[in-house]
Amino acid sequence: MTYRNPPTTPRKSATFDDYTLSEIRRAAATGIYDIRGAGAKRKLPHFDDLLFLGASISRYPLEGYRERCDTSVVLGSRHAKKPIELKIPITIAGMSFGSLSGPAKEALGRGATLSGTSTTTGDGGMTEEERGHSKQLVYQYLPSRYGMNPRDLRRADAIEVVVGQGAKPGGGGMLLGQKISDRVAEMRTLPKGIDQRSASRHPDWTGPDDLEIKILELREITDWEKPIYVKVGGARPYYDTALAVKAGADVVVVDGMQGGTAATQEVFIENVGQPTLACIRPAVQALQDLGMHRKVQLIVSGGIRNGADVAKALALGVDAVSIGTAALVALGDNDPRWEADYNELGTTAGAYDDWHEGRDPAGITTQDPELMKRVDPIAAGRRLANYLKVMTLEAQTIARACGKNSLHNLEPEDLVALTIEAAAMAGVPLAGTNWIPGKNGF
Amino acid sequence: MPATNVSKATHDQGHARVFDLADLSLRELNQALHQLTPGSNETAWEVLNPKGSHSVAVGVDQPVAIDVRGSVGYYCGGMNAGGAITVHGSAGPGVGENMMSGSITIKGDASQYAGATGRGGLLVIEGNASSRCGISMKGIDIVVHGNIGHMSAFMAQSGNLVVLGDAGDALGDSIYEARLFVRGKVESLGADCIAKEMRPEHIELLQGLLDRAGVTDVKPSEFKRYGSARTLYNFNIDNADAY
Repeated sequence: MTYRNPPTTPRKSATFDDYTLSEIRRAAATGIYDIRGAGAKRKLPHFDDLLFLGASISRYPLEGYRERCDTSVVLGSRHAKKPIELKIPITIAGMSFGSLSGPAKEALGRGATLSGTSTTTGDGGMTEEERGHSKQLVYQYLPSRYGMNPRDLRRADAIEVVVGQGAKPGGGGMLLGQKISDRVAEMRTLPKGIDQRSASRHPDWTGPDDLEIKILELREITDWEKPIYVKVGGARPYYDTALAVKAGADVVVVDGMQGGTAATQEVFIENVGQPTLACIRPAVQALQDLGMHRKVQLIVSGGIRNGADVAKALALGVDAVSIGTAALVALGDNDPRWEADYNELGTTAGAYDDWHEGRDPAGITTQDPELMKRVDPIAAGRRLANYLKVMTLEAQTIARACGKNSLHNLEPEDLVALTIEAAAMAGVPLAGTNWIPGKNGF
Repeated sequence: MPATNVSKATHDQGHARVFDLADLSLRELNQALHQLTPGSNETAWEVLNPKGSHSVAVGVDQPVAIDVRGSVGYYCGGMNAGGAITVHGSAGPGVGENMMSGSITIKGDASQYAGATGRGGLLVIEGNASSRCGISMKGIDIVVHGNIGHMSAFMAQSGNLVVLGDAGDALGDSIYEARLFVRGKVESLGADCIAKEMRPEHIELLQGLLDRAGVTDVKPSEFKRYGSARTLYNFNIDNADAY
């Protein structure tokens, strides 16, 4: 018997991992970048890296189920005659009709309304489904201005000037031809079946001084009734927040890189913009420096999944959060019950992100009449409402444990961080220490 | 808005309701216009002393005639739906942005983004228009007696842009289905914008536009037509150099 040297275990490169190798092969075969939906999938410093301290000798808690813990929030009280009053500090983020099916938009409206919160239109105009089923509807004012008209502006409850989004700060929208049905084409004034690339910049203003004049116009058209939000991607949260306030915003929305998109280049999603956690303190700091914290409300979105995330965002100084991806999952997105269909598309439940292709087995990110039947807007709306209720109860549970009778009384002093990165980003001490990286000169 | 204040500075002069911005605020002007109901007798308005104010007569949604005596700032007539607005002066950026219907006439020149994203109605600029005239237009008709600046009709989706003078660089870049008619020289065409044949239906269409804009001394046959080559409608990697 000949002696063989002991073999080494085959080792794959951490740098050239399976995903990277597959992407190189895909690029070599097709000559085009990868487009997909959703937000950043890479591991990022996030709310999981923070912990609440809870009550102890120096803080005493409130009784769960017995002592009140307020969850309501008012958005837009700075200038608007009719601010938005929400029962919970969790809103539904903007997602377009076109990207989503009509029944999915209706379900979002139903779920939000049942929960006493708002939902938001998207880059495709306002549909009757969402207006009819949304008690409080935020109307997005986007660079493309698809479907924009003064009638819808006036029947909106708030207006959100979209400068950017977390998945692609500096990028425009994209809706590929296969999702352009007759109805979508008509709402966007474009031929059926062509790729629609929404502009990345607004057509009639550039810079903060113009934005101030644009906001004035929107206020004049709507008789100063509606709160005006300004939404930015997580690029330069300190300056973007300050400039939005200067331009006259009632509410600033900051969307981190985990925030989803209907369709964008993978390279853009994963490499441009900052994590949600990194955006919050600079945005809050800008408001505090201007003396506008709690006067101009701050909404943060991108990767909010549960009541703990909500509580942590609020503790860092946010007034409300917004959910998109999580809301779609509540409606039925990426549900394992469609696993066979996902497999046929070469993916698996939980990983499906080719939302731009319009073949969503769950019937949400599609305009296919047969697939969209899989969404029952009433049942899906109820699921969303249930989910929002759970998130709210979870956030209240944490707030009471911290001795707070309102979610908005949570504060950075209730938090510690598990990692140095999260401690630096959130501006709270590393657990077990009194060290906040970057504070006090070290 | 106290009613007494309004009566002090607005009055009927002939048949027009005169609104003097030297005495009343922009808010009061736009509020008064928005309070008009269908069938109102106040169908003629005159705005004095605009002095470059932004957002003059925005969101008008009744078929009233509004004469603005002087120059205006940004977004005059923004989202106009049915009003017939005449600016007896020049207009700042974004005049008639997102207009739905009705008409806007600028006796002087217009700044950038004139008629941006407009969906309907007629915008006439009797002087010149600056850059990005008709950007992202979605059904509006725009007639410019003079010249237009660079990047005009960028991503223009629908409607007609008529230019009696010259057009600047990159006309109609990434254009969709809008039609462009230029009588003078075009500095350069943008991506996917090409010169197209003037067929009888285009001559007829252009004659109608000139008539509506009150242009009598120019013939449609003097114009060239430009529009989309439609090569960028669906992404093709071999076209990447065009972007």
